[in-house]
Parts: sequence; structure tokens; C-alpha cells
Amino acid sequence: MRENKQQVPETVERFLDSTLDSVDSAEEIAVGIAQRAGFDDDNLTRIGMAVRESMVNAVVHGNRYNAHKKVRFSVGHNTHRFTVRISDEGEGFDFESLPDPLAPENIMRTSGRGIFLIRSFMDEFQMRHLERGGTEVTLVKYLVSK
Amino acid sequence: MSIKLNTRQVGDVSVVDVAGRITLGEGSSALRDTMRDMVGKNQKKILLNLGEVSYIDSSGIGELVSGFTTVTNSGGQLKLLNLNKRVKDLLQITKLYTVFDVHEDEAGAIRSF
Repeated sequence: MRENKQQVPETVERFLDSTLDSVDSAEEIAVGIAQRAGFDDDNLTRIGMAVRESMVNAVVHGNRYNAHKKVRFSVGHNTHRFTVRISDEGEGFDFESLPDPLAPENIMRTSGRGIFLIRSFMDEFQMRHLERGGTEVTLVKYLVSK
Repeated sequence: MSIKLNTRQVGDVSVVDVAGRITLGEGSSALRDTMRDMVGKNQKKILLNLGEVSYIDSSGIGELVSGFTTVTNSGGQLKLLNLNKRVKDLLQITKLYTVFDVHEDEAGAIRSF
């Protein structure tokens, strides 16, 4: 269920190290804001997991744990939309090359489900290549049912 | 809370009680190490009790799949016990729920090996 408690909009932006601790921090910040925005427990879990998967992609696959590279993380909401943006400084990847994790030949693969889960848990998901290099993902969850 | 793993023997079945979060890093690597250790000791009947698992990410799902494949390829069986709603939902949307033999009752799960 999506709720509409019309909480005061808030926005947070951080430049995070390329570490797994940053994954935990981003998840914690996003879930905290989502909770104050009025999402229920089920949606808090979905948002937290989508943020975690996106951060793992940025830290592990994008920046490859490079201590000189940062992950830009922002989260905020207005009365209708809860939005998270995460960008890395990696080399990017071909969005079209992502295998379908539900295809029979991929079901028993041990990886490749992250973006599928993000798409499943959020209302909108976009990926784009940044001009300066790197990848930015935008995750949106609606605060009010459309 | 990260992950806690406790292994106990019920007859010839090795039951692994898993609690906490199975996520990339400590959680998934601890589970991987435990599974490999059990396969290395030639334990063929493994029951993963996930009743106290609060959270599992795609890396954790990958470890479950990896464990299943490793145990199966060594001639053993890996089964799951006590999935909470979140874990069950995850396995369903990833179409893995029917891959695993899932049980809700420990005694029944033990008998099924």
C-alpha cells in the first residue's frame, strides 16, 4: 500500500566512498527518509533493497571499490514522488546487454538479478550514461497512487 | 545485525540455522564458507533454516543458488525451511521458488530427505 501522509519534503545528498559501508549508509538514509515520507513496512523494504542493489552496482561494478572514486547519492521527495539518484565514476556498461534473469538458461546463475529486483520494487527506474563518464540511475516510488 | 550461522545434526541431516542479513560481504561469504565446509565434509543432506533471516539481497540469492548447485553436483540435497514472506516473495519473483524444495515444518523437512 502507498500512503499519503503529506510529510514535509526533505532532500539529502552525499558523496560516498566506494565501499560496502557506503551501501549500508545509503540504504539507512533512504529508508529513514522514506519512513518519514509515510511509506509502510513492505514498501520500506522494497525501497531499501532497491537502493542497496543500486549502490552495490555503483560501488562494485562501477567504481570497482576504487578509493579515488566517489558515489554521488541523493534522496528526496515531494508530495507525490520519492526519488533516489545514484551515480558512479565507472566506465559504464551496455544497458542492452543485461541478460534476462528469468530466462530458463539464466535461472540458476549466481548473479545478474540486481537491476531486475530494482525494476520490480520501484515504480520508475532509469539508467543513463553521464557525459563526464559513469552511470546514473534514478529510482522513483510514488507516494500517492496514480 | 549481520549474519549468524549455527549448524546442528538431526539424524543424518545437517540443519543450518541462519539468522540476520544475507547480503553482499560478510553475510553471503559466511553462508558460502559454511556450505563449502559441509560439502567438503561429505555432508549430503543439508537443510537451511531461514526462519530468522530478516533480509536477503541479490548476492544472498546468488549464494543460495550457488549452494544448491554445489550440493547437488556433489550428489547431495539442499532444502530450505521456514521462509518468511519477504524471502518467499523474492524467490517467487526470481522464479527460484520452484527450484528449491521448500518446507514449513522441520520434522517434515527432515523426513523428506
